[in-house]
Amino acid sequence: MYIGNMSSGRFIDQHHIGALIADYSGMASHNVPSTRIEAAGASGSLAFRQGVMAVASGMHDVVVVGGAEKMTDVSDDASNFILNSAADQQWESMMGATFASLHAMIAQRYMHEGYATREQIAQVAVKSHLHGALNPKAQFQKPIKLETVLRSPTVAEPLTMFDCSPISDGAAAVVLCPLETAHEYTDKPVKVLGTGQASDTLALYQRPDICSFEATKVASRMAYDIAGVGPDGIDLVEIHDDYTISELLALEDMGFFPRGEAGKAVESGETEIGGRLPVNTSGGLKARGNPIGATGVAQIVELVTQLRGDADKRQVKGASTGMAQSIGGTGSTAVITIMGVV
Amino acid sequence: MTVARFWRDIPSRYNLYGSRCASCGKVYFPVRHICPECRRSSIGKMEKHRLSGKGRVHSFSVVHDAPPQLAVLKPYAVAIVEMDEGVKVTGQLVDVEIEEIDIGMGVEAVLRKLGDEGPAGIIHYGFKFSPRFD
Repeated sequence: MYIGNMSSGRFIDQHHIGALIADYSGMASHNVPSTRIEAAGASGSLAFRQGVMAVASGMHDVVVVGGAEKMTDVSDDASNFILNSAADQQWESMMGATFASLHAMIAQRYMHEGYATREQIAQVAVKSHLHGALNPKAQFQKPIKLETVLRSPTVAEPLTMFDCSPISDGAAAVVLCPLETAHEYTDKPVKVLGTGQASDTLALYQRPDICSFEATKVASRMAYDIAGVGPDGIDLVEIHDDYTISELLALEDMGFFPRGEAGKAVESGETEIGGRLPVNTSGGLKARGNPIGATGVAQIVELVTQLRGDADKRQVKGASTGMAQSIGGTGSTAVITIMGVV
Repeated sequence: MTVARFWRDIPSRYNLYGSRCASCGKVYFPVRHICPECRRSSIGKMEKHRLSGKGRVHSFSVVHDAPPQLAVLKPYAVAIVEMDEGVKVTGQLVDVEIEEIDIGMGVEAVLRKLGDEGPAGIIHYGFKFSPRFD
């Protein structure tokens, strides 16, 4: 078992969460090994990547990848304080930068460069809520208007409350095994086509260009190479929209749109279900919710649901290849997964 | 943050000490013991390097939803400043009307109170940035 979890030690005073989950899922009595993986917001996706490597290497025959975070046992202030620790505590948080304000600075510079308008950035949240309304497991299941995003309380200029993913409780899990044995466990297996992972500096300010996440670019290239597909071969994407601006960076860094074009694509509906490239059909971090350690695994669950054709009202018709992008910190860790129908 | 962790970086926080790689000449902030460009060949060749403190706003945000220990300041401005040496630094912007802040604005480092460990605790000092007129 690989468990994605960012901070159970600080959220619920419980470390050793790998052992806890092995125990209460009935696996500890069978002495099944369990490992907790932490990479801030990318914890779940990285746990999944560890699971893929464990099966692909032949080390394990069957791996359960889980992700979990219980964030609401502490106050919102305490929760934000814990989340801020994904940034550089010494040279960002201590200097007064909150996690939201780091993304706000990305957005400010992005707009300054003329890559997108404020409205185009806000439209990401409108689209996420539109999709979330079709997902019975989403934290928020109501569509919102552009004005709602623009007029909600400011968190860090220019970003408002509706530009930010919520504080959430949640968990997700998937089972991995070699493709040859998959039919012993399920009638509808889905194949992992490729994965990639890359790092960048812990602090945002250390980067030459804050309008792009190099780690997303590198991890995407790695996954595309392994999968043998390119951006044109992807039917739907789950993206780490912890903030609205992050989704625009990701769409460009993953090669779906040239720089400065992602905002226009979102505005014109290209990223909605039924559009050219449906993005975050689950509702994304914004509407499905962002229980940190579970988020990356929940993205995989959404891809599997879509590729099996089980996504009901939010089904992307004919989807055969899906991709997930997950971020820890402000682009310090990026994990990419590409999956396809068997 | 623990007091010990804060104190270890006082030279960087009070006097903007970073590092300069004697192999390639690149400047870093804060102190680094290895140059990411030169790696092994930079070991033992990283020199203390004090930044001039002068730079320009690369990007900024005005924080409205602030952590409790900074709530008294809100709304306050935070920026990524590109220093004249080419390296970037994150810090608050002070002594300026929020409406007047813009990307490209010239700023210089000033020593200010960053926070404290409660009413009876120690006070943390460090740099913030104020507008530069030249």
